[in-house]
Amino acid sequence: MSKYLVLIFEDDVRTKEEAGETVSADYQAFMQRRGSSLINGAGLEPPSTATSIRRDGAGGFSVTDGPFAESKETLAGYYLIEAADLDEALEIAKDIPAGVGVEVRPVRVGG
Amino acid sequence: MPPAASPEVAAAVADAHRREWAFVLAATVRTAGDIDTAEEAVQDAYASALSTWGQRGIPENPGAWLTVTARRRALDVRRRAVTAQRTLPKLLEPEEYLPDDLVSDEEEITDDRLRLIFTCCHPALSSGAQVALTLRLLCGLSTTDVARAFLLPEATMAARITRAKKKIAAAHIPYRVPAASELRERLDGVLSVVYLVYTTGHTAPSGENLMRRDLAERGLELARMLRVLLPDDGDVAGLLALVLLTDARSGARLNEHRELVLMENQDRSKWDRSAITEGVSLLREALTRRPRGRFALMAAIAAVHDESKSWSDTDWQEILGLYDLLQDRWPSPVVQLNRAIALGFAVGYAEGLAELDALGAEPQLARYPYLAAARADFLTRLGRFDDARVAFEEALILTENDTERRYLQTRLSGLSG
Repeated sequence: MSKYLVLIFEDDVRTKEEAGETVSADYQAFMQRRGSSLINGAGLEPPSTATSIRRDGAGGFSVTDGPFAESKETLAGYYLIEAADLDEALEIAKDIPAGVGVEVRPVRVGG
Repeated sequence: MPPAASPEVAAAVADAHRREWAFVLAATVRTAGDIDTAEEAVQDAYASALSTWGQRGIPENPGAWLTVTARRRALDVRRRAVTAQRTLPKLLEPEEYLPDDLVSDEEEITDDRLRLIFTCCHPALSSGAQVALTLRLLCGLSTTDVARAFLLPEATMAARITRAKKKIAAAHIPYRVPAASELRERLDGVLSVVYLVYTTGHTAPSGENLMRRDLAERGLELARMLRVLLPDDGDVAGLLALVLLTDARSGARLNEHRELVLMENQDRSKWDRSAITEGVSLLREALTRRPRGRFALMAAIAAVHDESKSWSDTDWQEILGLYDLLQDRWPSPVVQLNRAIALGFAVGYAEGLAELDALGAEPQLARYPYLAAARADFLTRLGRFDDARVAFEEALILTENDTERRYLQTRLSGLSG
Protein backbone atom coordinates (compact mmCIF):
# COMPACT_ATOMS: atom_id res chain seq x y z
CA MET A 1 0.00 0.00 0.00
CA SER A 2 1.16 3.56 -0.67
CA LYS A 3 0.30 6.83 0.96
CA TYR A 4 -0.90 9.92 -0.88
CA LEU A 5 -1.62 13.43 0.29
CA VAL A 6 -4.74 14.83 -1.34
CA LEU A 7 -4.91 18.63 -1.31
CA ILE A 8 -8.42 20.02 -1.60
CA PHE A 9 -9.00 23.26 -3.50
CA GLU A 10 -12.05 25.49 -3.29
CA ASP A 11 -13.00 28.85 -4.78
CA ASP A 12 -13.30 30.28 -1.30
CA VAL A 13 -13.25 28.89 2.18
CA ARG A 14 -16.04 29.89 4.50
CA THR A 15 -15.32 30.30 8.17
CA LYS A 16 -16.82 27.85 10.63
CA GLU A 17 -19.40 30.44 11.69
CA GLU A 18 -20.42 31.17 8.10
CA ALA A 19 -20.69 27.47 7.26
CA GLY A 20 -22.84 26.90 10.32
CA GLU A 21 -21.48 23.41 10.88
CA THR A 22 -18.03 21.88 11.28
CA VAL A 23 -18.22 19.29 8.53
CA SER A 24 -20.71 19.46 5.69
CA ALA A 25 -23.03 16.56 5.00
CA ASP A 26 -21.20 15.89 1.72
CA TYR A 27 -17.90 15.40 3.51
CA GLN A 28 -19.48 13.29 6.22
CA ALA A 29 -20.91 11.01 3.55
CA PHE A 30 -17.54 10.84 1.79
CA MET A 31 -15.75 9.90 5.01
CA GLN A 32 -18.27 7.16 5.66
CA ARG A 33 -17.81 5.76 2.14
CA ARG A 34 -14.02 5.92 2.17
CA GLY A 35 -13.21 5.74 5.86
CA SER A 36 -11.05 2.64 5.52
CA SER A 37 -8.67 4.48 3.14
CA LEU A 38 -8.39 7.72 5.12
CA ILE A 39 -5.47 8.02 7.53
CA ASN A 40 -6.31 11.55 8.58
CA GLY A 41 -7.45 14.87 7.23
CA ALA A 42 -8.65 18.33 8.14
CA GLY A 43 -10.41 21.39 6.81
CA LEU A 44 -8.52 24.68 6.94
CA GLU A 45 -9.50 28.21 7.96
CA PRO A 46 -9.58 30.74 5.06
CA PRO A 47 -6.35 32.04 3.49
CA SER A 48 -6.94 35.42 5.16
CA THR A 49 -5.89 33.68 8.38
CA ALA A 50 -2.65 32.32 6.88
CA THR A 51 0.84 33.45 7.75
CA SER A 52 3.80 32.70 5.46
CA ILE A 53 7.40 32.47 6.54
CA ARG A 54 10.17 32.71 3.98
CA ARG A 55 13.90 32.37 4.57
CA ASP A 56 15.41 35.71 3.72
CA GLY A 57 18.71 34.18 2.60
CA ALA A 58 20.68 35.94 5.32
CA GLY A 59 19.93 33.48 8.08
CA GLY A 60 16.71 35.18 9.10
CA PHE A 61 13.05 34.98 8.21
CA SER A 62 10.55 37.22 6.56
CA VAL A 63 7.06 36.77 7.96
CA THR A 64 4.12 37.92 5.87
CA ASP A 65 0.35 37.90 6.11
CA GLY A 66 -1.40 35.61 3.63
CA PRO A 67 -0.88 32.26 1.85
CA PHE A 68 2.48 31.19 0.40
CA ALA A 69 1.37 31.15 -3.22
CA GLU A 70 -1.25 33.59 -4.44
CA SER A 71 -3.75 31.75 -6.63
CA LYS A 72 -7.36 31.88 -7.64
CA GLU A 73 -8.02 28.57 -5.92
CA THR A 74 -7.65 28.20 -2.21
CA LEU A 75 -6.15 25.29 -0.31
CA ALA A 76 -9.13 24.38 1.83
CA GLY A 77 -8.17 21.07 3.40
CA TYR A 78 -6.40 17.79 2.96
CA TYR A 79 -6.62 14.06 3.43
CA LEU A 80 -3.76 11.66 3.93
CA ILE A 81 -4.95 8.47 2.25
CA GLU A 82 -3.69 4.95 1.69
CA ALA A 83 -4.20 3.17 -1.62
CA ALA A 84 -2.87 0.17 -3.54
CA ASP A 85 -1.67 2.33 -6.42
CA LEU A 86 -2.30 5.63 -8.19
CA ASP A 87 -5.45 4.38 -9.92
CA GLU A 88 -7.07 3.58 -6.57
CA ALA A 89 -5.85 6.87 -5.11
CA LEU A 90 -7.38 8.80 -8.03
CA GLU A 91 -10.65 6.94 -7.62
CA ILE A 92 -10.83 7.95 -3.94
CA ALA A 93 -9.77 11.52 -4.78
CA LYS A 94 -12.50 11.87 -7.41
CA ASP A 95 -15.01 10.95 -4.72
CA ILE A 96 -14.07 13.95 -2.52
CA PRO A 97 -16.81 16.61 -2.78
CA ALA A 98 -14.27 19.36 -3.52
CA GLY A 99 -15.61 22.55 -5.08
CA VAL A 100 -12.77 23.14 -7.54
CA GLY A 101 -10.73 19.96 -7.45
CA VAL A 102 -7.91 18.15 -5.75
CA GLU A 103 -4.20 17.48 -6.20
CA VAL A 104 -2.87 14.00 -5.46
CA ARG A 105 0.75 13.73 -4.32
CA PRO A 106 2.53 10.51 -3.44
CA VAL A 107 4.15 10.57 -0.02
CA ARG A 108 7.89 9.97 -0.32
CA VAL A 109 9.04 6.65 1.01
CA GLY A 110 12.46 6.04 2.57
CA GLY A 111 15.55 8.17 2.00
CA MET B 1 36.76 -7.75 -26.85
CA PRO B 2 34.64 -10.49 -28.37
CA PRO B 3 34.93 -10.83 -32.14
CA ALA B 4 32.44 -8.75 -34.11
CA ALA B 5 29.16 -10.60 -34.68
CA SER B 6 28.70 -12.12 -38.12
CA PRO B 7 26.36 -10.21 -40.43
CA GLU B 8 23.85 -13.06 -40.09
CA VAL B 9 23.81 -12.84 -36.29
CA ALA B 10 23.73 -9.03 -36.33
CA ALA B 11 20.73 -9.16 -38.69
CA ALA B 12 18.95 -11.70 -36.47
CA VAL B 13 19.50 -9.52 -33.40
CA ALA B 14 18.32 -6.40 -35.26
CA ASP B 15 15.25 -8.27 -36.46
CA ALA B 16 14.50 -9.52 -32.94
CA HIS B 17 14.93 -5.95 -31.69
CA ARG B 18 12.30 -4.69 -34.06
CA ARG B 19 9.85 -7.56 -33.68
CA GLU B 20 10.27 -8.68 -30.09
CA TRP B 21 11.41 -5.64 -28.09
CA ALA B 22 8.00 -4.79 -26.63
CA PHE B 23 7.24 -8.45 -25.87
CA VAL B 24 10.59 -9.04 -24.13
CA LEU B 25 10.52 -5.78 -22.16
CA ALA B 26 6.88 -6.14 -21.12
CA ALA B 27 7.49 -9.68 -19.86
CA THR B 28 10.60 -8.56 -17.99
CA VAL B 29 8.94 -5.60 -16.20
CA ARG B 30 6.87 -8.00 -14.12
CA THR B 31 9.99 -9.87 -13.03
CA ALA B 32 12.05 -6.74 -12.51
CA GLY B 33 9.40 -4.82 -10.60
CA ASP B 34 10.38 -1.50 -12.14
CA ILE B 35 10.81 -0.24 -15.67
CA ASP B 36 14.41 0.97 -15.39
CA THR B 37 15.73 -2.37 -14.14
CA ALA B 38 13.74 -4.15 -16.84
CA GLU B 39 15.10 -1.89 -19.57
CA GLU B 40 18.68 -2.44 -18.49
CA ALA B 41 18.16 -6.19 -18.29
CA VAL B 42 16.63 -6.27 -21.78
CA GLN B 43 19.45 -4.17 -23.22
CA ASP B 44 21.94 -6.57 -21.62
CA ALA B 45 20.06 -9.53 -23.09
CA TYR B 46 20.24 -8.06 -26.61
CA ALA B 47 23.95 -7.34 -26.13
CA SER B 48 24.66 -10.88 -24.98
CA ALA B 49 22.61 -12.25 -27.89
CA LEU B 50 25.20 -10.77 -30.25
CA SER B 51 28.01 -12.86 -28.73
CA THR B 52 26.07 -15.95 -27.61
CA TRP B 53 24.19 -16.45 -30.88
CA GLY B 54 27.50 -16.14 -32.73
CA GLN B 55 28.96 -19.00 -30.67
CA ARG B 56 25.96 -21.30 -30.26
CA GLY B 57 23.82 -20.38 -33.23
CA ILE B 58 20.63 -18.37 -33.51
CA PRO B 59 17.92 -19.86 -31.27
CA GLU B 60 14.73 -21.18 -32.82
CA ASN B 61 12.63 -18.71 -30.83
CA PRO B 62 14.72 -15.54 -30.37
CA GLY B 63 11.97 -13.77 -28.39
CA ALA B 64 11.78 -16.56 -25.81
CA TRP B 65 15.59 -16.72 -25.51
CA LEU B 66 15.79 -12.96 -24.98
CA THR B 67 12.93 -13.00 -22.44
CA VAL B 68 14.49 -15.76 -20.36
CA THR B 69 17.90 -14.05 -20.47
CA ALA B 70 16.49 -10.63 -19.58
CA ARG B 71 14.33 -12.01 -16.75
CA ARG B 72 17.30 -13.89 -15.30
CA ARG B 73 19.33 -10.68 -15.29
CA ALA B 74 16.49 -8.71 -13.74
CA LEU B 75 16.17 -11.33 -10.99
CA ASP B 76 19.93 -11.07 -10.32
CA VAL B 77 19.64 -7.31 -9.98
CA ARG B 78 16.69 -7.66 -7.61
CA ARG B 79 18.44 -10.23 -5.45
CA ARG B 80 21.44 -7.94 -5.19
CA ALA B 81 19.14 -5.05 -4.29
CA VAL B 82 17.41 -7.10 -1.61
CA THR B 83 20.79 -8.16 -0.21
CA ALA B 84 21.88 -4.55 -0.12
CA GLN B 85 18.67 -3.72 1.77
CA ARG B 86 18.06 -0.83 -0.53
CA THR B 87 14.59 0.64 -0.78
CA LEU B 88 13.83 1.01 -4.46
CA PRO B 89 10.59 2.46 -5.75
CA LYS B 90 8.82 -0.50 -7.27
CA LEU B 91 5.90 -1.15 -9.53
CA LEU B 92 5.16 -4.35 -7.70
CA GLU B 93 5.69 -5.26 -4.10
CA PRO B 94 8.22 -8.10 -3.78
CA GLU B 95 5.64 -10.47 -2.29
CA GLU B 96 3.49 -10.03 -5.38
CA TYR B 97 6.18 -11.58 -7.50
CA LEU B 98 5.66 -15.23 -8.25
CA PRO B 99 8.09 -17.51 -10.03
CA ASP B 100 7.00 -18.36 -13.56
CA ASP B 101 5.72 -21.84 -12.77
CA LEU B 102 3.37 -20.42 -10.14
CA VAL B 103 1.86 -17.75 -12.34
CA SER B 104 -1.85 -18.44 -12.71
CA ASP B 105 -3.50 -18.96 -16.07
CA GLU B 106 -5.36 -15.72 -15.69
CA GLU B 107 -2.08 -13.85 -15.42
CA GLU B 108 -0.85 -15.43 -18.63
CA ILE B 109 -3.99 -14.68 -20.61
CA THR B 110 -3.40 -10.93 -20.45
CA ASP B 111 -0.42 -10.12 -22.58
CA ASP B 112 2.19 -8.11 -20.73
CA ARG B 113 2.43 -5.73 -23.67
CA LEU B 114 -1.09 -4.50 -22.87
CA ARG B 115 -0.05 -3.70 -19.30
CA LEU B 116 2.99 -1.86 -20.61
CA ILE B 117 1.06 0.27 -23.11
CA PHE B 118 -1.58 1.18 -20.52
CA THR B 119 1.21 2.23 -18.15
CA CYS B 120 2.97 4.30 -20.82
CA CYS B 121 -0.31 6.01 -21.79
CA HIS B 122 -1.56 6.61 -18.24
CA PRO B 123 -3.54 9.88 -18.09
CA ALA B 124 -1.49 10.98 -15.05
CA LEU B 125 1.44 11.45 -17.47
CA SER B 126 1.64 14.43 -19.83
CA SER B 127 0.71 13.67 -23.42
CA GLY B 128 4.29 14.37 -24.58
CA ALA B 129 5.60 11.91 -22.00
CA GLN B 130 3.02 9.29 -23.04
CA VAL B 131 4.18 9.45 -26.65
CA ALA B 132 7.88 9.44 -25.69
CA LEU B 133 7.49 6.46 -23.33
CA THR B 134 5.48 4.53 -25.91
CA LEU B 135 8.19 5.00 -28.54
CA ARG B 136 10.96 4.28 -26.06
CA LEU B 137 9.47 1.28 -24.27
CA LEU B 138 7.11 -0.32 -26.80
CA CYS B 139 8.95 0.43 -30.01
CA GLY B 140 12.43 0.20 -28.48
CA LEU B 141 13.56 3.50 -30.01
CA SER B 142 16.65 5.02 -28.42
CA THR B 143 16.24 8.33 -26.62
CA THR B 144 18.25 9.89 -29.48
CA ASP B 145 15.73 8.60 -32.03
CA VAL B 146 12.73 9.70 -29.97
CA ALA B 147 14.27 13.18 -29.65
CA ARG B 148 14.94 13.30 -33.40
CA ALA B 149 11.37 12.23 -34.17
CA PHE B 150 10.02 15.26 -32.33
CA LEU B 151 12.88 17.56 -33.36
CA LEU B 152 13.78 18.19 -29.74
CA PRO B 153 17.26 18.32 -28.19
CA GLU B 154 18.27 14.92 -26.85
CA ALA B 155 18.81 16.31 -23.33
CA THR B 156 15.23 17.65 -23.28
CA MET B 157 13.81 14.29 -24.36
CA ALA B 158 16.02 12.36 -21.93
CA ALA B 159 14.81 14.60 -19.09
CA ARG B 160 11.18 14.11 -20.16
CA ILE B 161 11.53 10.32 -20.19
CA THR B 162 13.39 10.24 -16.86
CA ARG B 163 10.77 12.46 -15.24
CA ALA B 164 7.94 10.23 -16.52
CA LYS B 165 9.64 7.05 -15.29
CA LYS B 166 10.22 8.64 -11.89
CA LYS B 167 6.56 9.56 -11.66
CA ILE B 168 5.50 6.01 -12.58
CA ALA B 169 7.65 4.68 -9.74
CA ALA B 170 7.01 7.38 -7.12
CA ALA B 171 3.26 7.73 -7.65
CA HIS B 172 2.82 3.95 -8.11
CA ILE B 173 1.19 4.12 -11.51
CA PRO B 174 0.05 0.50 -11.79
CA TYR B 175 1.38 -2.00 -14.32
CA ARG B 176 -2.02 -3.34 -15.14
CA VAL B 177 -4.80 -3.40 -17.69
CA PRO B 178 -7.52 -1.06 -16.33
CA ALA B 179 -10.71 -2.46 -14.85
CA ALA B 180 -13.63 -2.90 -17.23
CA SER B 181 -15.36 0.21 -15.82
CA GLU B 182 -12.59 2.52 -17.04
CA LEU B 183 -11.25 0.47 -19.95
CA ARG B 184 -13.10 2.42 -22.67
CA GLU B 185 -11.81 5.79 -21.52
CA ARG B 186 -8.27 4.56 -20.94
CA LEU B 187 -8.20 2.72 -24.27
CA ASP B 188 -9.25 5.91 -26.03
CA GLY B 189 -6.14 7.56 -24.52
CA VAL B 190 -3.94 4.75 -25.83
CA LEU B 191 -5.47 4.97 -29.31
CA SER B 192 -4.92 8.75 -29.35
CA VAL B 193 -1.23 8.27 -28.54
CA VAL B 194 -0.80 5.70 -31.32
CA TYR B 195 -2.65 7.95 -33.77
CA LEU B 196 -0.47 10.90 -32.75
CA VAL B 197 2.67 8.83 -33.42
CA TYR B 198 1.28 7.97 -36.87
CA THR B 199 0.14 11.49 -37.82
CA THR B 200 3.42 13.05 -36.65
CA GLY B 201 5.14 10.71 -39.09
CA HIS B 202 2.58 11.13 -41.86
CA THR B 203 2.97 14.93 -41.99
CA ALA B 204 5.84 16.18 -39.86
CA PRO B 205 4.78 19.34 -37.97
CA SER B 206 8.08 20.98 -38.94
CA GLY B 207 11.37 20.30 -40.64
CA GLU B 208 12.71 19.47 -44.03
CA ASN B 209 10.71 16.34 -44.91
CA LEU B 210 6.98 16.09 -45.53
CA MET B 211 6.86 12.65 -43.94
CA ARG B 212 8.89 10.86 -41.31
CA ARG B 213 8.32 7.35 -42.57
CA ASP B 214 10.13 5.70 -39.64
CA LEU B 215 7.64 7.26 -37.24
CA ALA B 216 4.61 6.55 -39.46
CA GLU B 217 5.69 2.89 -39.64
CA ARG B 218 6.01 2.72 -35.86
CA GLY B 219 2.47 4.10 -35.58
CA LEU B 220 1.23 1.41 -37.98
CA GLU B 221 3.09 -1.31 -36.05
CA LEU B 222 1.60 -0.11 -32.76
CA ALA B 223 -1.91 -0.14 -34.26
CA ARG B 224 -1.27 -3.68 -35.52
CA MET B 225 0.02 -4.74 -32.10
CA LEU B 226 -3.15 -3.44 -30.45
CA ARG B 227 -5.25 -5.32 -32.99
CA VAL B 228 -3.46 -8.57 -32.07
CA LEU B 229 -3.87 -7.87 -28.33
CA LEU B 230 -7.52 -6.70 -28.51
CA PRO B 231 -8.91 -8.50 -31.58
CA ASP B 232 -12.56 -7.99 -30.60
CA ASP B 233 -12.45 -4.24 -30.02
CA GLY B 234 -14.23 -2.06 -32.57
CA ASP B 235 -12.26 1.10 -31.77
CA VAL B 236 -8.96 -0.74 -32.24
CA ALA B 237 -10.21 -2.05 -35.60
CA GLY B 238 -11.26 1.52 -36.47
CA LEU B 239 -7.83 2.95 -35.64
CA LEU B 240 -5.94 0.32 -37.64
CA ALA B 241 -8.37 0.89 -40.54
CA LEU B 242 -7.77 4.65 -40.37
CA VAL B 243 -3.99 4.27 -40.33
CA LEU B 244 -4.01 1.78 -43.23
CA LEU B 245 -6.45 3.82 -45.34
CA THR B 246 -4.43 7.00 -44.78
CA ASP B 247 -1.07 5.35 -45.25
CA ALA B 248 -2.21 3.73 -48.50
CA ARG B 249 -1.87 7.13 -50.22
CA SER B 250 1.58 8.00 -48.86
CA GLY B 251 3.43 6.79 -51.97
CA ALA B 252 1.63 9.37 -54.13
CA ARG B 253 2.08 12.43 -51.91
CA LEU B 254 5.42 13.50 -53.37
CA ASN B 255 6.41 13.73 -57.04
CA GLU B 256 9.83 12.89 -58.49
CA HIS B 257 11.09 16.36 -57.46
CA ARG B 258 9.97 15.65 -53.88
CA GLU B 259 7.25 18.28 -54.22
CA LEU B 260 3.91 17.96 -52.43
CA VAL B 261 1.06 16.59 -54.57
CA LEU B 262 -2.43 17.20 -53.16
CA MET B 263 -4.92 14.35 -53.32
CA GLU B 264 -6.73 16.10 -56.19
CA ASN B 265 -3.68 15.62 -58.43
CA GLN B 266 -2.29 12.35 -57.09
CA ASP B 267 -1.60 9.41 -59.38
CA ARG B 268 -4.09 7.00 -57.85
CA SER B 269 -2.36 3.98 -59.42
CA LYS B 270 0.37 4.60 -56.84
CA TRP B 271 -2.05 4.06 -53.97
CA ASP B 272 -1.42 0.83 -52.06
CA ARG B 273 -4.33 -1.45 -53.05
CA SER B 274 -3.59 -4.17 -50.50
CA ALA B 275 -3.55 -1.61 -47.65
CA ILE B 276 -6.90 -0.26 -48.90
CA THR B 277 -8.42 -3.75 -49.08
CA GLU B 278 -7.23 -4.58 -45.56
CA GLY B 279 -8.36 -1.19 -44.24
CA VAL B 280 -11.83 -1.43 -45.79
CA SER B 281 -12.41 -4.89 -44.36
CA LEU B 282 -11.39 -3.67 -40.87
CA LEU B 283 -13.61 -0.63 -41.33
CA ARG B 284 -16.63 -2.82 -42.15
CA GLU B 285 -16.01 -4.69 -38.92
CA ALA B 286 -15.62 -1.46 -36.92
CA LEU B 287 -18.80 0.07 -38.38
CA THR B 288 -20.95 -2.84 -37.18
CA ARG B 289 -20.34 -1.67 -33.59
CA ARG B 290 -22.72 0.76 -31.89
CA PRO B 291 -22.08 3.48 -31.10
CA ARG B 292 -19.69 4.08 -33.97
CA GLY B 293 -16.24 5.12 -32.80
CA ARG B 294 -14.37 8.30 -33.65
CA PHE B 295 -11.59 6.46 -35.50
CA ALA B 296 -14.06 4.35 -37.46
CA LEU B 297 -15.81 7.51 -38.74
CA MET B 298 -12.47 9.07 -39.70
CA ALA B 299 -11.52 5.80 -41.42
CA ALA B 300 -14.83 5.85 -43.30
CA ILE B 301 -13.94 9.30 -44.67
CA ALA B 302 -10.50 8.04 -45.73
CA ALA B 303 -12.19 5.03 -47.39
CA VAL B 304 -14.48 7.26 -49.51
CA HIS B 305 -11.36 8.90 -50.95
CA ASP B 306 -9.46 5.63 -51.35
CA GLU B 307 -12.32 3.97 -53.23
CA SER B 308 -13.05 6.91 -55.58
CA LYS B 309 -11.77 6.35 -59.11
CA SER B 310 -10.86 10.02 -59.46
CA TRP B 311 -11.08 13.34 -57.63
CA SER B 312 -14.17 14.30 -59.64
CA ASP B 313 -15.86 11.00 -58.72
CA THR B 314 -15.49 11.73 -55.00
CA ASP B 315 -18.79 11.43 -53.11
CA TRP B 316 -18.56 14.71 -51.18
CA GLN B 317 -22.12 14.40 -49.84
CA GLU B 318 -21.12 11.15 -48.16
CA ILE B 319 -17.97 12.79 -46.71
CA LEU B 320 -19.99 15.78 -45.51
CA GLY B 321 -22.45 13.43 -43.77
CA LEU B 322 -19.58 11.62 -42.03
CA TYR B 323 -18.10 14.93 -40.81
CA ASP B 324 -21.56 15.85 -39.48
CA LEU B 325 -21.59 12.63 -37.46
CA LEU B 326 -18.08 13.36 -36.16
CA GLN B 327 -18.94 16.95 -35.28
CA ASP B 328 -22.06 15.75 -33.52
CA ARG B 329 -20.29 13.44 -31.05
CA TRP B 330 -16.67 14.67 -31.04
CA PRO B 331 -16.95 18.39 -31.83
CA SER B 332 -13.64 20.16 -32.43
CA PRO B 333 -12.46 23.15 -34.45
CA VAL B 334 -10.32 20.84 -36.64
CA VAL B 335 -13.36 18.69 -37.49
CA GLN B 336 -15.30 21.90 -38.28
CA LEU B 337 -12.48 23.01 -40.59
CA ASN B 338 -12.51 19.71 -42.48
CA ARG B 339 -16.29 19.77 -42.64
CA ALA B 340 -16.14 23.27 -44.16
CA ILE B 341 -13.76 21.99 -46.85
CA ALA B 342 -16.09 19.05 -47.60
CA LEU B 343 -19.01 21.52 -47.77
CA GLY B 344 -17.05 23.58 -50.30
CA PHE B 345 -16.70 20.60 -52.63
CA ALA B 346 -20.18 19.17 -51.93
CA VAL B 347 -22.19 22.40 -52.24
CA GLY B 348 -20.04 25.26 -53.48
CA TYR B 349 -16.74 27.04 -52.84
CA ALA B 350 -18.51 30.19 -51.61
CA GLU B 351 -20.47 28.21 -48.99
CA GLY B 352 -17.30 26.41 -47.87
CA LEU B 353 -15.41 29.71 -47.68
CA ALA B 354 -18.15 31.28 -45.55
CA GLU B 355 -17.80 28.43 -43.05
CA LEU B 356 -14.00 28.78 -43.08
CA ASP B 357 -14.26 32.53 -42.48
CA ALA B 358 -16.54 31.87 -39.50
CA LEU B 359 -13.73 29.76 -37.99
CA GLY B 360 -11.31 32.70 -38.11
CA ALA B 361 -12.22 33.71 -34.56
CA GLU B 362 -11.56 30.21 -33.18
CA PRO B 363 -8.59 30.55 -30.78
CA GLN B 364 -7.59 26.90 -31.20
CA LEU B 365 -7.05 27.48 -34.93
CA ALA B 366 -5.15 30.77 -34.54
CA ARG B 367 -1.80 29.06 -35.26
CA TYR B 368 -3.20 26.26 -37.44
CA PRO B 369 -1.80 26.71 -40.97
CA TYR B 370 -4.44 24.58 -42.72
CA LEU B 371 -7.21 27.12 -42.09
CA ALA B 372 -5.37 29.85 -44.02
CA ALA B 373 -4.29 27.31 -46.67
CA ALA B 374 -7.90 26.11 -47.16
CA ARG B 375 -9.15 29.69 -47.42
CA ALA B 376 -6.41 30.47 -49.94
CA ASP B 377 -7.44 27.47 -52.04
CA PHE B 378 -11.16 28.33 -52.10
CA LEU B 379 -10.40 32.03 -52.79
CA THR B 380 -8.26 30.96 -55.76
CA ARG B 381 -11.02 28.69 -57.07
CA LEU B 382 -13.45 31.64 -56.75
CA GLY B 383 -11.09 33.89 -58.72
CA ARG B 384 -10.50 36.25 -55.78
CA PHE B 385 -6.74 36.34 -56.35
CA ASP B 386 -5.86 39.37 -54.18
CA ASP B 387 -7.58 37.82 -51.13
CA ALA B 388 -6.03 34.45 -51.98
CA ARG B 389 -2.56 36.05 -51.98
CA VAL B 390 -3.06 37.39 -48.45
CA ALA B 391 -4.32 33.97 -47.27
CA PHE B 392 -1.36 32.13 -48.85
CA GLU B 393 1.02 34.57 -47.18
CA GLU B 394 -0.64 33.92 -43.83
CA ALA B 395 -0.42 30.14 -44.35
CA LEU B 396 3.30 30.53 -45.21
CA ILE B 397 3.95 32.33 -41.93
CA LEU B 398 2.27 29.54 -39.95
CA THR B 399 3.66 26.51 -41.84
CA GLU B 400 6.87 25.02 -40.46
CA ASN B 401 7.14 22.03 -42.74
CA ASP B 402 9.54 22.91 -45.60
CA THR B 403 7.81 20.74 -48.22
CA GLU B 404 4.46 22.33 -47.47
CA ARG B 405 6.08 25.76 -47.50
CA ARG B 406 7.50 25.14 -50.98
CA TYR B 407 4.06 24.02 -52.18
CA LEU B 408 2.36 27.15 -50.79
CA GLN B 409 5.12 29.31 -52.32
CA THR B 410 4.48 27.74 -55.74
CA ARG B 411 0.74 28.34 -55.46
CA LEU B 412 1.38 31.94 -54.38
CA SER B 413 3.74 32.58 -57.30
CA GLY B 414 1.17 31.09 -59.67
CA LEU B 415 -1.27 33.85 -58.68
CA SER B 416 0.84 36.76 -59.93
CA GLY B 417 0.03 38.32 -63.25
